[in-house]
Amino acid sequence: MATEYNAYISDETIEGADEGPLAGQTVAVKDNISTKGVQTTCGSSMLAGYVPPYDATVVERLTAAGATVPGKTNMDEFGMGTTTETSAYGPVENPAAPGHVPGGSSGGSAAVVAAGDADMALGTDTGGSIRCPAAFCGVVGIKPTYGLVSRYGLVAYANSLEQIGPIAPTVEEAAELLEVIAGPDEHDATTRDHEGATEGLADAADGDVDGLSIGVPTELVDGADEAVVETFWDAIDELETRGASYHEVDLPSVEHAVEAYYVIAMSEASSNLARFDGVRYGQSGGYEGNWNESFANAREDGFGEEVKRRVLLGTYALSAGYHDKYYKKAQDARAWVKQDFDSALDEADVLASPTMPIPPMEMGESLDDPLTMYLADANTTPVNLANLPAISVPAGETDDGLPVGLQLVGPAFGEKQLIRAGSALA
Amino acid sequence: MSESVVDPDEVRHVADLARVDLDDDEVERFTEQFADILSYFETLDEVPEVEREAELTNVMRPDETHEGLSQDEALENAPDSEAGHFKGPKVS
Repeated sequence: MATEYNAYISDETIEGADEGPLAGQTVAVKDNISTKGVQTTCGSSMLAGYVPPYDATVVERLTAAGATVPGKTNMDEFGMGTTTETSAYGPVENPAAPGHVPGGSSGGSAAVVAAGDADMALGTDTGGSIRCPAAFCGVVGIKPTYGLVSRYGLVAYANSLEQIGPIAPTVEEAAELLEVIAGPDEHDATTRDHEGATEGLADAADGDVDGLSIGVPTELVDGADEAVVETFWDAIDELETRGASYHEVDLPSVEHAVEAYYVIAMSEASSNLARFDGVRYGQSGGYEGNWNESFANAREDGFGEEVKRRVLLGTYALSAGYHDKYYKKAQDARAWVKQDFDSALDEADVLASPTMPIPPMEMGESLDDPLTMYLADANTTPVNLANLPAISVPAGETDDGLPVGLQLVGPAFGEKQLIRAGSALA
Repeated sequence: MSESVVDPDEVRHVADLARVDLDDDEVERFTEQFADILSYFETLDEVPEVEREAELTNVMRPDETHEGLSQDEALENAPDSEAGHFKGPKVS
């Protein structure tokens, strides 16, 4: 089941139960989610050949619900990228926009759904990694509230930010998959049992937006590409004709979200990725001599450039003399973003913006300039900082035929609100 | 915005702390890119001090033994092992 757009790293099938809400459906799984007995690489050479001895909770739940996993999807190495070009297994091409990137880091997952090679897929979202590829490939992606879905078995990049979530052709199907994977897990102490948060999600996809109040953060629209903004307003018009209303809101804190996100994510990554020393798992390279040098050589071989960049910058931000300047300020910014969103959501049911400020980039275009790539995450990263749920739904296409996504953000554990509103469009 | 000073020695020092060997080309590229990225991070100086009211609750569980991985399973992915132990590079 290899694809011409390179969306799978491995195509080993994992059979699901005979019966259940997902019986007969295929759900592709991003390759940073552990699958017992099936290679899990995180898109890295470091983990080539790594075979987890246990299943992630989400994999247990979806196979118990009857889904078959058709393969493990390609991704930016350890989730670090916005284009799915940093994978050690080669870049993924966007099946909905040939010659362009599928977005990242869950690019393989969005691509197989867009191409119809899998019914649905699981991605992970640390700073937009489900919503960005969903937007670029013209499909639906949900980043759940922090704590709704278990992260047990997800190979960690930045624990305080990331969530596993569904990618599907329609909001209703994404909601069905979310309903299966959501809910508390004794193996992940950050999951929460929030009353009513996990039931009736699929039923909420009734497209009823009559009376819905939409806040539009001007900061997340003003900087976007003209063609994207035009498509965005067309989608808001569509929601208005169906009974919704919108007003503009100010979120001054989001101007600092990208830098706060990257400082926090890189800092957490520098600590999380310390485990890859080629002793318990991973590639050792077989180096002899001083053990610190052996580890440094193994990590030089095993990690790609973007991973090294983030591990080093995270190490720098946490090192003596810089902690207060970068990490502490980033935590202040995170709290500020959260307060801003909370007050905007006191006056609106959902907040809407373009998911990505730009249409899908051409392949190979963004690799030389990491800062420009980071800035493409301007609209998605604030949501992870605020621990809130968000959905990306197809809003239409630019005149050049490139997919544009609409992002809706809701209050914590307000997934139903997002599903209801999003289902009016897809 | 103050100018952040990143020189190749600093990149090598951080790489050393992070146990990542770099070749000279990488050091050169990273020196240039880190200057850009770090000066962008410095806009965090404009962020006001924010009262952080974390609504956090400790999650406890009974301290009971459960079935875990067997020794063989735990060693399955290790590049090298000996007599039931992980085997790493020499310490000296």
